[in-house]
Amino acid sequence: MTNMNRRSLIALLGTAPFLAGALSEAHAQESEPRFKNISSRERIRQRYFPNLELTTHEGTKVKFYDDLIKDKLVIMNFMYAKCEGICMPVTMNLMKVQKLLGDRMGKDIFMYSFTLKPEEDTPDKLAHYAHMHKAGPGWKFITGSPANMETLRQKLKFTDPDPEVDKDKSNHIGVIKYGNEPLERWGGCPALSKAPWIVKTVSWVDWPKTANADMKQNGGAK
Amino acid sequence: MAISKKRHTLWYHDHRIDHTAENTYKGLAGTYILFNEFDTGDENTGFKLPSFGDGQNPLTSFDVYMVFNDKVFDNQTGLLEFDLFNTDGILGDKFLVNGKIQPVFHVSPRRYRFRWLNTGPSRFYQMFVLGPNNTTKSFWQISTDGNLMEKPVQVNSVRFSVAERADVIVDFTGQAGKTFYLENRLEQDDGRGPDGDVAGAGQGQKILKIVVDGPVVPDNSINPATIPTNQPVYFYGFPNTTDAPRITRTFRFERGNGQWQVNGQLVGDCEDPNDIRFAIKRNSVEKWVFQNNSGGWQHPIHMHFEEFQTLTINGQAPSNSGLITKGRKDVFRLEHNMEAKVFFRFRDFVGKFPLHCHNVVHEDHAMMVLGQINDVGDNKTQP
Repeated sequence: MTNMNRRSLIALLGTAPFLAGALSEAHAQESEPRFKNISSRERIRQRYFPNLELTTHEGTKVKFYDDLIKDKLVIMNFMYAKCEGICMPVTMNLMKVQKLLGDRMGKDIFMYSFTLKPEEDTPDKLAHYAHMHKAGPGWKFITGSPANMETLRQKLKFTDPDPEVDKDKSNHIGVIKYGNEPLERWGGCPALSKAPWIVKTVSWVDWPKTANADMKQNGGAK
Repeated sequence: MAISKKRHTLWYHDHRIDHTAENTYKGLAGTYILFNEFDTGDENTGFKLPSFGDGQNPLTSFDVYMVFNDKVFDNQTGLLEFDLFNTDGILGDKFLVNGKIQPVFHVSPRRYRFRWLNTGPSRFYQMFVLGPNNTTKSFWQISTDGNLMEKPVQVNSVRFSVAERADVIVDFTGQAGKTFYLENRLEQDDGRGPDGDVAGAGQGQKILKIVVDGPVVPDNSINPATIPTNQPVYFYGFPNTTDAPRITRTFRFERGNGQWQVNGQLVGDCEDPNDIRFAIKRNSVEKWVFQNNSGGWQHPIHMHFEEFQTLTINGQAPSNSGLITKGRKDVFRLEHNMEAKVFFRFRDFVGKFPLHCHNVVHEDHAMMVLGQINDVGDNKTQP
């Protein structure tokens, strides 16, 4: 890298962009600063985490960013209760993940399963689903207005660039996304990865945490 | 370098599972080059390729590594922006060469060796040299993925996906006072891959401006035009690809459940990142088949540890003109609805290594397989 930088300094001499338009635009706005001093954490919030009102399977009203994301390590997926495709194996898999994460679930690690069919999945129905799958503290099944749920899906990019593929809701169930909000580190992995693998990948954004060792121990159990 | 003394243009980068795209995008990537007694870095010796010089002085350094990538800058803060939740592939609207947006390069009227590398994350390029009045200037391709070919081949463009490399010789002799551009004419609208269309001259993205206003300096490098057309080899001959393979393996690259799979499996189908899916016997020959049944996605397939030679692409022999696909490579550009057969000769090194899509966003979303070279090997034909 050092070598490349040195080379670019010398070899690519006089390296101002040759787009004259971009330069004159910058000059025109000299009177006020062109860019704002916003922290990257705040920009990530603005870009991906709208503070939408949602409802958990316990019937609690929550704000997406304030209550579900801020200061937390989270695992997120999309599903719907009456799905016959891969929803069931995904949910069974997340049950294993929940078990491996042990008592950190609900303490500082949270798992959110958002419905793709808010018209059908009322809090009651999701409560039944959660009970059926032994969802413990920290695993919340979440619904909301159809508009809010669709905004959430788009923002978190549980989407496909092909509109026809995107229409089929069962195409958005195979992925989980995980991240550590204060660390600003986000990733994704297949929802049907082996549970220990999911726990391991999540552990990579688990920092700084003294409890890290606990998760590794749990995650390593097979 | 015992592992491959014929390999000359290389790079290295962060390879963190799930986070490779973000980490390389933000700069954890570097270049390195190797010289030997033939490719010496001195245009007076060996293959007489344009001198590297000290790598700094423009009057003596004519061998220039050019790293291409495209990026997005946040319109609120002006800072580099990485799309955290994108799983399709990320395109930028700013084109960088060695970390600078569309810079200007001043050259002398003579031959240069450019080493082109695309670090992605997801864009493919087809690079042309655009001359005055929208003319297209031909040049010489001399290597594929850092491996010198048999001899220089005159081309009008080179296509390269993420992680592919091409060394070229561009001759600016007699062009003093003129301006050229490196122009990408391959059209691509999203992270899935190019749509297959190539823009007209001057209608593409002008990535680097080249002004021939440097001083006249001696040029003792080989003029590829003077190599007799009936001389088959100027650099190195290719190793044979006729030995019978111990096994033929098929790798199908496809989309499934919003992620990417190889042979219907995910990288996380193992319980541990160190679990392997197949084993190669060292000092053996294997034939691999790469398949992409999609008309929507393209995948640069990168093999760690060993290079290959292409045997066929959709049943045809690889091309040695136009868009060159013949040669020793470590990335196979798997385009729409393509099936390729490639030849590997594994040597005497053992260890674990991945095979993966080098659209680094696809790589981060499960399009990777871990293999191993050992003394036994296995017989899995679809790992």
